[in-house]
Amino acid sequence: MSIGTSERRSGGHARVTGSQKFVADIGLEQMLHVRLVHLNCGHARIVSIDTAQALAVPGVVSVLTAAELPQPMPRYGPVFNDRPVLAVGETKYHGQPVAAVAAESKEVAEAAAELVRVQHEELPGVFTVAAALDPASPLVQEPELRPNDPLNHTNVLSERRFGWGDVESARADLVVENVYTFPMITHFAIEPHAFIAAAEDDGVAVWTPTQNPFQMQRILATVLGLPVAKVRVHALDPGGAFGGKQHPKYEPLVALLALRTGRPVRLVLTLEETFQEVRRTSCEIRARTGFNRDGTISFQDIQSDFLMGAYADIAERVIDKSNYLGCGPYRVPNSRTVVRALFSHTTPSTAFRGFGTPQVSWAHESQMDDAARKLGIDRVEIRLRNLAGKGEAFLPGDTPADGDWAVSVRKAADAIGWGTALSPGRGRGLAVAVKAGATTGASYSIVRLHWDGSATVLAGTSDMGQGARTVLAQVAAHELGIPHEWITIVMGDTATVPFDLQTSASRSTVFMGQAVMRACQDIKAQLKQMAAELHAPDAPVVELLRARFSAVRGEVIGVGSYRGEYQPEHPLGGAPSFYEFTCTASEVEVDEGTGEMLLVRHVTVADVGKALNPQHVEMQDEGAAVMGLGHTLMEHILLDDSGRIRNLGALDYRIPTTKDLPLEMHSLLVENADGPGPYGSKGAGEGGLMATAPAVASAVTEATGVVIRDLPLTPERVWLAINEKDA
Amino acid sequence: MRIHVTVNGAERDLEVAPNTTLLDFLRDDLRLTGSKECCDLGECGACTVLVDGRSVNSCLMLAVEADASEVTTIEGLAKDGRLNPLQDAFLAKGAVQCGFCIPGQVMAGQYLLQRNPHPTLAEVREGLSGNLCRCGGYVQICEAVLAASEVGR
Repeated sequence: MSIGTSERRSGGHARVTGSQKFVADIGLEQMLHVRLVHLNCGHARIVSIDTAQALAVPGVVSVLTAAELPQPMPRYGPVFNDRPVLAVGETKYHGQPVAAVAAESKEVAEAAAELVRVQHEELPGVFTVAAALDPASPLVQEPELRPNDPLNHTNVLSERRFGWGDVESARADLVVENVYTFPMITHFAIEPHAFIAAAEDDGVAVWTPTQNPFQMQRILATVLGLPVAKVRVHALDPGGAFGGKQHPKYEPLVALLALRTGRPVRLVLTLEETFQEVRRTSCEIRARTGFNRDGTISFQDIQSDFLMGAYADIAERVIDKSNYLGCGPYRVPNSRTVVRALFSHTTPSTAFRGFGTPQVSWAHESQMDDAARKLGIDRVEIRLRNLAGKGEAFLPGDTPADGDWAVSVRKAADAIGWGTALSPGRGRGLAVAVKAGATTGASYSIVRLHWDGSATVLAGTSDMGQGARTVLAQVAAHELGIPHEWITIVMGDTATVPFDLQTSASRSTVFMGQAVMRACQDIKAQLKQMAAELHAPDAPVVELLRARFSAVRGEVIGVGSYRGEYQPEHPLGGAPSFYEFTCTASEVEVDEGTGEMLLVRHVTVADVGKALNPQHVEMQDEGAAVMGLGHTLMEHILLDDSGRIRNLGALDYRIPTTKDLPLEMHSLLVENADGPGPYGSKGAGEGGLMATAPAVASAVTEATGVVIRDLPLTPERVWLAINEKDA
Repeated sequence: MRIHVTVNGAERDLEVAPNTTLLDFLRDDLRLTGSKECCDLGECGACTVLVDGRSVNSCLMLAVEADASEVTTIEGLAKDGRLNPLQDAFLAKGAVQCGFCIPGQVMAGQYLLQRNPHPTLAEVREGLSGNLCRCGGYVQICEAVLAASEVGR
């Protein structure tokens, strides 16, 4: 049957023929075009905004500034309501909109936006961890936004502590202490963010490539003062999201503009504006790790500082969730992590594939390598000696290790040829990482079995490239015993599909997969009842349906849900439903004359429980690995003294192309059917990038003898390190 | 200005502003939205189309420059609802993830195969190096181009 086979992508035909509609491809009658107005600096006081000239341009319908918005300014966010619809009083990052022009054409909107005169005074800004922690620095957030928080006169949003055992009295034969930095990087979905809103009867409809239609609906309802039922979110398939389209950005702005003008409005960001809108959290991690002579870990002592940006978005969750697993997948008897979430005058960071794990694994894995070198232990061996065994509570009191992780490590080591002879100039590295899967939240599905035996599945998941539509159809086909081609999956319209928490944390296969499966089981129970009533216990399903619905038609409707309950006492609000474990191994060749690197071979191993569609799993895992090569080798947002992004745009901010691919890439799977999803599946698709940087960096060290603790490993950085070593 | 172009076999005679890009002309005036806009400066390849058989970034070409030309977009590849071998190979090899870059990838692959019907992997990597895919599906995209090159061999 359908499970475990590589069915072709549902929606693939539309994607190779150009008929797939993304938000920017939607045209509505009478639609206005919006252009944002921003300042050419990071932190500035807005003195005055003169819109007269812009309003005088023929074709301009509205110019919105903070003054025209409800007072107090509506603020919103997934956790903290801190982001204003438009900048109020001051801008807090380069690219924050201070006004929005709506006009009859995009050309007119663009020309008029240039004519909005914003008198402003540039202010000193906070652009680094050090500045955020300096008491002399300006405050990014107004203290009145968190009046009861004792930290409200600092740039620290939160400071959390995780750990167990007693680090202070733990003894160790070797202590390694280092600082690791991870740069700001941007999602760079090839689809720039796009938003459309239109007044509809007594409510509003919004078209957005969101990963999270129901949170969008809730937040829009709150900002607009409407009942949830009067906000309709059309969550069109995102053209790449990677976390960047998880939470509201300019949807409230376009909705307010649509209601104000009485016309549909459309805002399509430039790629440059998306750079200014979303990024990954950057950080500095100070790790002090104690080892016994045999390579086993005695203690882990971590101080993490993450730079969130100007608004909290979901960054604090990113920071807490990843640092909660900041010791990695290891057996650590004593652990202490202190992690701070810091405000800065930079683009607000948000969810990004891996959700903080690439940052923390960069530190814990590089520490392992450092210890291996100093103790004279093989780098694979030291990991195997510390890796938690299946069923072991490596996080005391929490979900035990749910996979035989050593199998993945051995598989990666074999595939990369660990221990075999290396050509000159080459080195190999291997690293692991673990991410907590989804914790809380509900997914609902309704499955409609039609009278002819075909089925429509309603699911609030977003298909953003991972292929959720395909896999959910496979689950329904398998459960209902009908061909994959007889199933239509309906997603993304909050007026049609039932609630789903969100498409994030690799949760859809497990949570929505279970909901679809249970809805199908509900149908099967009803069919059984129907067969009994019709005295046809052995009739094939289609005959049964025809017999039951012959005269007046009808259908069988199944409902299913899957929930992770909120646990207030748990540090994350709920235990991980599964772990996403990855092992990456890489072989590189370094040109010591230029610092350039050739990736000879790159291997990822994912422990997925059960690959419902092996091709989909592999392409995502390899895709993640390619994305990981970006932050490992080339990607970093560079700021100038005014907090402006210096490499703003595709010319100066490079992401991997076909020419950056390793000569050979392999994605290997471990399947033991030990996950909580349908047929033993676990979430997948983020793992491939979680351990890329430490694996490649370790290979560089073997090839050159230099240790680099700052990303990315640009040729310049590698060359400088080699030359400093030789000097 | 008035231009006369043949787009996917259909002759079109339209008035366009002199500063309208070919991409905007295709997307906004002809409502052929398969060609995508991303970087708008010729770096990402999402807007790749063929003009008189040559691959171009349609965001870098003015519509008036396409006057009297034959333009092929992603919408023009399938005939009578049947995918061409390259489109089919993209689906068979799992080269399609989110799909936003795919029209441009397919057009770039199409151009490559026209010039070089049986490329090596290195040639495919070179030929597609101007088309960004953030889902990182390059391995499968290159496999799809190679597979299509084998069709009818």
